[in-house]
Amino acid sequence: MSVKVRYFASLGDLIGRSEDQMDIEGHITVADIWREATGEIPMPPRTLVAVNQEYADLEQVVHDGDEVAFFPPVTGG
Amino acid sequence: MPLVRIVEGPFQPWALLAELEPELGLRPGGFGATAVFTGTMRDFNEGDGVTAMTLEHYPGMTERHLERIIDEACGRFDILDALIVHRVGPIAPGETIVLTAVWSAHRRAAFEANRFLMEELKHRAPFWKKEALADGSARWVEQNTPG
Repeated sequence: MSVKVRYFASLGDLIGRSEDQMDIEGHITVADIWREATGEIPMPPRTLVAVNQEYADLEQVVHDGDEVAFFPPVTGG
Repeated sequence: MPLVRIVEGPFQPWALLAELEPELGLRPGGFGATAVFTGTMRDFNEGDGVTAMTLEHYPGMTERHLERIIDEACGRFDILDALIVHRVGPIAPGETIVLTAVWSAHRRAAFEANRFLMEELKHRAPFWKKEALADGSARWVEQNTPG
């Protein structure tokens, strides 16, 4: 299945890119996506995740066509 | 008809408010209170001089969550309408970052709903600030001030 992965703000700087397109098979969670996409990079504490632009947790299962995003705590306003 | 705008360039909040208010379709005489908040970029943060800032957002998710925050405010408070305008991209000290406004029959709901909009925005809406400091370095803002 195909999954788009996006990294925002300091996580984009940490990973060195703003997105990945992954082809991956099996029962995959958000946490698995991070490991597969970033290799050895530990996930920073307080990282937030979204699946299809809704807040999610690391155990959420990812499906074909999903967009998974990782970002630090938000600081708007 | 709640209104959410993401703006890429500088905007004058009072002029924009005057321009947008008619779009909401509020009946003249139908509201007695308007509460307006503007957030402006400071040239200092955490003891350091800040010369410029860049605001990043998550197109699509940001708008969706701002609309949801307004919907929740409409359910929670006795208000007639609300709007949120938020800047993205490069921004200079003194420029407006955010404009929120709420209309209601009486003042309490407008004040309380406007506070709700800003607190929820700061906790949930995907925006991130990167500051350029006076010493030439840059840093991501890691957390909101307590308010």
